[in-house]
Amino acid sequence: MPAPIRLRELIRTIRTARTQAEEREMIQKECAAIRSSFREEDNTYRCRNVAKLLYMHMLGYPAHFGQLECLKLIASQKFTDKRIGYLGAMLLLDERQDVHLLMTNCIKNDLNHSTQYVQGLALCTLGCMGSSEMCRDLAGEVEKLLKTSNSYLRKKAALCAVHVIRKVPELMEMFLPATKNLLSEKNHGVLHTSVVLLTEMCERSPDMLAHFRKLVPQLVRILKNLIMSGYSPEHDVSGISDPFLQVRILRLLRILGKGDDDSSEAMNDILAQVATNTETSKNVGNAILYETVLTIMDIKSESGLRVLAINILGRFLLNNDKNIRYVALTSLLKTVQTDHNAVQRHRSTIVDCLKDLDVSIKRRAMELSFALVNGNNIRGMMKELLYFLDSCDPEFKADCASGVFLAAEKYAPSKRWHIDTIMRVLTTAGSYVRDDSVPNLIQLITNSVEMHAYTVQRLYKALLDDISQQPLVQVASWCIGEYGDLLISGQCEEEEPIQVTEDEVLDVLEGLLVSNLSSPVTRGYSLTAIMKLSTRFSSVNRIKKVVSIYGSSIDVELQQRAVEYNALFKKYDHMRPALLERMPIMEKTASNGPTEIVQTNGEAEPSVVEPKHPPPVGQPASQGNDLLDLLGGNDVPVIPTTMPTKPASAGGELLDLLGDLSLGLSLMAFYLFDLFKTVNFLSTGIPPMTAYNKNGLKIDFTFERANPNPNVAVITIHASNSTEADMTDFVFQAAVPKTFQLQLLSPSSNVVPALNQGTVTQVIRVLNQQKQQLRMRIKLTYIHKGSAVQDLAEVNNFPPQSWQ
Amino acid sequence: MIHFLLLFSRQGKLRLQKWFTPLSELEKKKVIRDMTLMVLARPPRTSNFLQWRDLKIVYKRYASLYFCTGLEEKDNELLALEMIHRYVELLDKYFGNVCELDIIFNFEKAYFILDEFLMGGEILETSKFAVGGSVEEADTLQETMEEYMSKPAY
Repeated sequence: MPAPIRLRELIRTIRTARTQAEEREMIQKECAAIRSSFREEDNTYRCRNVAKLLYMHMLGYPAHFGQLECLKLIASQKFTDKRIGYLGAMLLLDERQDVHLLMTNCIKNDLNHSTQYVQGLALCTLGCMGSSEMCRDLAGEVEKLLKTSNSYLRKKAALCAVHVIRKVPELMEMFLPATKNLLSEKNHGVLHTSVVLLTEMCERSPDMLAHFRKLVPQLVRILKNLIMSGYSPEHDVSGISDPFLQVRILRLLRILGKGDDDSSEAMNDILAQVATNTETSKNVGNAILYETVLTIMDIKSESGLRVLAINILGRFLLNNDKNIRYVALTSLLKTVQTDHNAVQRHRSTIVDCLKDLDVSIKRRAMELSFALVNGNNIRGMMKELLYFLDSCDPEFKADCASGVFLAAEKYAPSKRWHIDTIMRVLTTAGSYVRDDSVPNLIQLITNSVEMHAYTVQRLYKALLDDISQQPLVQVASWCIGEYGDLLISGQCEEEEPIQVTEDEVLDVLEGLLVSNLSSPVTRGYSLTAIMKLSTRFSSVNRIKKVVSIYGSSIDVELQQRAVEYNALFKKYDHMRPALLERMPIMEKTASNGPTEIVQTNGEAEPSVVEPKHPPPVGQPASQGNDLLDLLGGNDVPVIPTTMPTKPASAGGELLDLLGDLSLGLSLMAFYLFDLFKTVNFLSTGIPPMTAYNKNGLKIDFTFERANPNPNVAVITIHASNSTEADMTDFVFQAAVPKTFQLQLLSPSSNVVPALNQGTVTQVIRVLNQQKQQLRMRIKLTYIHKGSAVQDLAEVNNFPPQSWQ
Repeated sequence: MIHFLLLFSRQGKLRLQKWFTPLSELEKKKVIRDMTLMVLARPPRTSNFLQWRDLKIVYKRYASLYFCTGLEEKDNELLALEMIHRYVELLDKYFGNVCELDIIFNFEKAYFILDEFLMGGEILETSKFAVGGSVEEADTLQETMEEYMSKPAY
């Protein structure tokens, strides 16, 4: 068998390949040769073959069949073999393969080898990719080597110990004795790795941290020597002696000084010295200054030192070097919380960085700018930030827009400014605004009552310009629907009122409906807005026409709305004004799940419709469908509601149940929720009655008067089932005449067990202020023997005592 | 701690890869792909720092090679630039006016030098002479053992 070709020859050959396919062919041929060579257990050339395999692996080709060969090389006695073997192990093996455990024994032997370079190889491999099991097995050996006087081995053992601690933190204690005199070494390699080891231990264990605090004077001394010492050629970097060690010591000092007065004081002088004396013309000096600043800000330094640190960062900001500016912005972001005033002084420089060409710097500057906004600088800062929003890359726009909204909400100097700012964001970055901003903005607008005319006018004008940005369009259509009357009447005080006719407004809204640019949600908004205008405008016929057209829209959501609105025009026109009147001021709720049911106001006519008042925001589709499903379609005698007593929270929780909105709404639906309170009833002596008895379902009413309000009658319904099958998904609904108010609490369950084995109870509270005769319409739905059953009934046989 | 060190050419060909955290082959390939795409796309006069997932990426171009490393949040980026520079200096000293071809044809030596300079994601030796010295001494060990073979080992 001829000798396998040499590594460099293979590399040369592969590089002559002109296409990927050619290269692949060469590699496959060579791999086949290598594989057969491995099979023949050839010791002489194994090293060469593995080396070639590693090259091919770097090109991206699979090399897993060489894993075991690496282990054989490691076990060999030749240094060359070991070198390649360990390299191969580090490249091809990792702790996920079980094979790696086979290395443990070899490593153990090599850790005790007579040649330090072999020991070094073993330490290096263990320290780079040793798994937890290996670390556990070999920690003792590492600890031994940590105490050796051979500095070559000692430094490697120190970093190996760091790796062991990272993998198996419980073993940290074991290395404590060996750390005793690590810092008295002269060798920089050992010093550096020792500091790394100490840092790792202090970061992981507060006990170790307390224990090592006593090293602060020694560390300060070492740092001082580094700074004051003369030129040392082997450690010098642009006139600074061993910057790597200096930075590591500064980092350890930071950890030791944090929260500790004595340690912080002990390091004050040296920090001041480093901060003032370090040469800043080259990157290396700035690296040390950077670390120094971070340390000063973290420990309990005196105020003079802190000011010095912030000033250094300020100088960094003006540096031509982009890296330094980037680093300065990052550090300022970290310190802006604690040293807000000091950072404010550099505000103008930071704002200038918004215009930098470097994307990384722009992002940092943006974050920092938002952190610096306060009541005093809001106007100026917002100008800059809005300008930034105009011109920045799309990747920033969403974050910037959210930031602007937040800042505006917190610090807006006036409502008009607030609205203007929102308008600006919507018109410049409207498509990047987050979805949840739309309801928030609507709520904001509703609450600024005196600005309604101005807002709707500006939004209308914006719509005339551009209808492509959905959040803008949605907010605008909602406002036009709500405040269209103000728009027509030209009442705006803040700016020149525009003359616009009803037809023009309706043109715009209809335009939204047909435009390809409008999303389905936007179309929903516009249709609802058009509908609302039917009570504010006089051209009702036109609106009726539009609404009826969409009754056959392909979009189910639009169709549903249109059909309902049509019904509103036809059968329930008398209700329309009440339904579509102005929205109340909504309170932002910290909503946390469903609570009470909406209160209801009944209608005299039993067959009442209008399942819902069109919800102006967010996810109307799912709500609408759920409501209708619950109420069973168009001709359901369910009570419409107008003003629940707590519109915000009730509506808010309602929506939480259905979707993700946190805004309150007034709803016209009847909901049954789980409730949390129980009321004590007093026995009142009113006889119970049977309200309904059909098809095996019997519903009895029992009465109590609630304390303390004597006008409230508390009715408990008891539903029982005499058939042989359970009635599941049982839902009880009730309607009362207009003069009453009704509240339905949650049922005990929605399964009425068969054969009278149990009852479902539910509490109804009726407020009867006018002491009129109580009448009730009830609707029952349930599933019985696999089919859905629905029934309506009137309950007229209330005992007089219940309502007198 | 450094999570990885990658060297790749302007065409995106990988010349060296050192990993200090355990990743699967697939994950490694993804990182390499992401790094090459991100770094090669950077316009000329921008900073050497990037943010990628939760790592800080520091890269520097030397002639035709990009040196790219991933750091943790608490590491010093400016010092990482110095670290990359030190590694280049070590390669330069060892190979004598190092160029990309040296690293291609002697990649295993580049690894040996790296392993004397970094370990477990931390800097092992800060002396310019010690690293080169150790590698050269180990080299002699190698030749000595192979002296019965008149040709070099591989």
